[in-house]
Amino acid sequence: MEQTSTHSPVIEFRDVAYVLPNGQPLLSGLNLQVTGGETVVLLGRSGSGKTTSLKLINRLLTPTSGEVRVNGAPNAESDVIRLRRSIGYVIQDAGLFPHYTVERNIGLVPRIEGWTAERIHLRVAELLQLVGLEPQLASRYPHQLSGGQRQRVGVARALAADPAILLMDEPFGALDALTRDQLQREFLSLQQRLGKTVVFVTHDLREALRLGSRIALLEAGRLVTVLSPEQFLRSNDPLAAAYVQAFGDGLDSVANRGAT
Amino acid sequence: MNFFHFLVQNHEQVLELTLEHLWLVGISTVLAVLVGIPLGIMSAHWPVWNKPVLGTANIVQTIPSLALFGFLLPVPWLGDRADRLAILALTLYALLPVIRNTYTGIRGVDPAVVEAGRGMGLTPRQLLFQVELPLALSVILSGIRVAVVVSVGLATIAAAIGAGGLGEFIFRGLAMVNNQLILAGAVPAAVLALSADFGLGWLEKRLRPR
Repeated sequence: MEQTSTHSPVIEFRDVAYVLPNGQPLLSGLNLQVTGGETVVLLGRSGSGKTTSLKLINRLLTPTSGEVRVNGAPNAESDVIRLRRSIGYVIQDAGLFPHYTVERNIGLVPRIEGWTAERIHLRVAELLQLVGLEPQLASRYPHQLSGGQRQRVGVARALAADPAILLMDEPFGALDALTRDQLQREFLSLQQRLGKTVVFVTHDLREALRLGSRIALLEAGRLVTVLSPEQFLRSNDPLAAAYVQAFGDGLDSVANRGAT
Repeated sequence: MNFFHFLVQNHEQVLELTLEHLWLVGISTVLAVLVGIPLGIMSAHWPVWNKPVLGTANIVQTIPSLALFGFLLPVPWLGDRADRLAILALTLYALLPVIRNTYTGIRGVDPAVVEAGRGMGLTPRQLLFQVELPLALSVILSGIRVAVVVSVGLATIAAAIGAGGLGEFIFRGLAMVNNQLILAGAVPAAVLALSADFGLGWLEKRLRPR
């Protein structure tokens, strides 16, 4: 059982295209498999289709053609609300509800799923600790937090109902360099403990090399190549090489060599 | 006899007309809120509705109030009682600010927050009641505040068709060229408008999301 669940793809794009109603294609011919427990980074510049791909997974967008399979079944066939509640979603600037306290933000999905107040309270305390936040922050409002704290709350909120899949859309993009570095490090250790299947969107090669088990390089709505961080650094692909050159020296030292 | 003297002497009638006035404004505001908020939500969620709904409300707003009272007079059930008619007319005028502010308030909610909510698996209903409406509340309330203040002034005209309210004093005063009588209607109406403005403004500030 364990064997099959880690080796059959958890998320699979099958010849997926997404075209805007005005006819502009955002994504075409996407084939990609994400296996259990790995972190696949979608790397590309803005407009390359990486966020579009992410939103196709939890059906914030519906493909124009092709299908996206989640846990072996086409996600178009599952109940959209159930599907989304089983997938954690983290976005840039966290998207926290400004009128809810940290505790209510984190406990939202458990609450609408009908958990008891006691269980939610315990879960929130557990999650705050997991993402490295003081328990007394539970009663604060998002505007009273720093950017880094807000992003941690965003991660805790996505993990609340213990989803097996986590979608992260440039979660650390708006943070200062030091906070970003710290959160990336914590993401890695968290990932080591939790073993979620993660799809992570970024335009930052350094971040991609550091966090990804594999990097899917997108350009103008097409998947160019999928490489491990080490392969990426040595790739002959002109676009990958251009990225490596643009980000300069010292990339070797950040590359994720963790066994997947 | 000065103005205050007049108020004291006629306090029973002043009170009665003030209550009548409040009733006209109160009922019409409640109706405008019950109709206007759903219409505002509709136009915010389905852009097709936006133009017809706001356009109609806008046109209603441009009809001179005295003319609107006149137009509605021959309508069967409505014309039977002046207060029904006045309430409908006041409701129609109060609709625009309520609809417009509901629309603006909901459209003004940070799209990232709505997207996060959808992505987390909130149903459209949960999204509306737990995220969009609470975050739009202070904007909606400021629309209601405008509606109430305008209604308090407009309701004085309702006396022209015999619907009562503080306008009675004003029209009587106009007919008798009696300034005190006019003031006896105008001053309480102004006090009503100002206190509504202040009270709802205070509530609005308290409910504003941080």
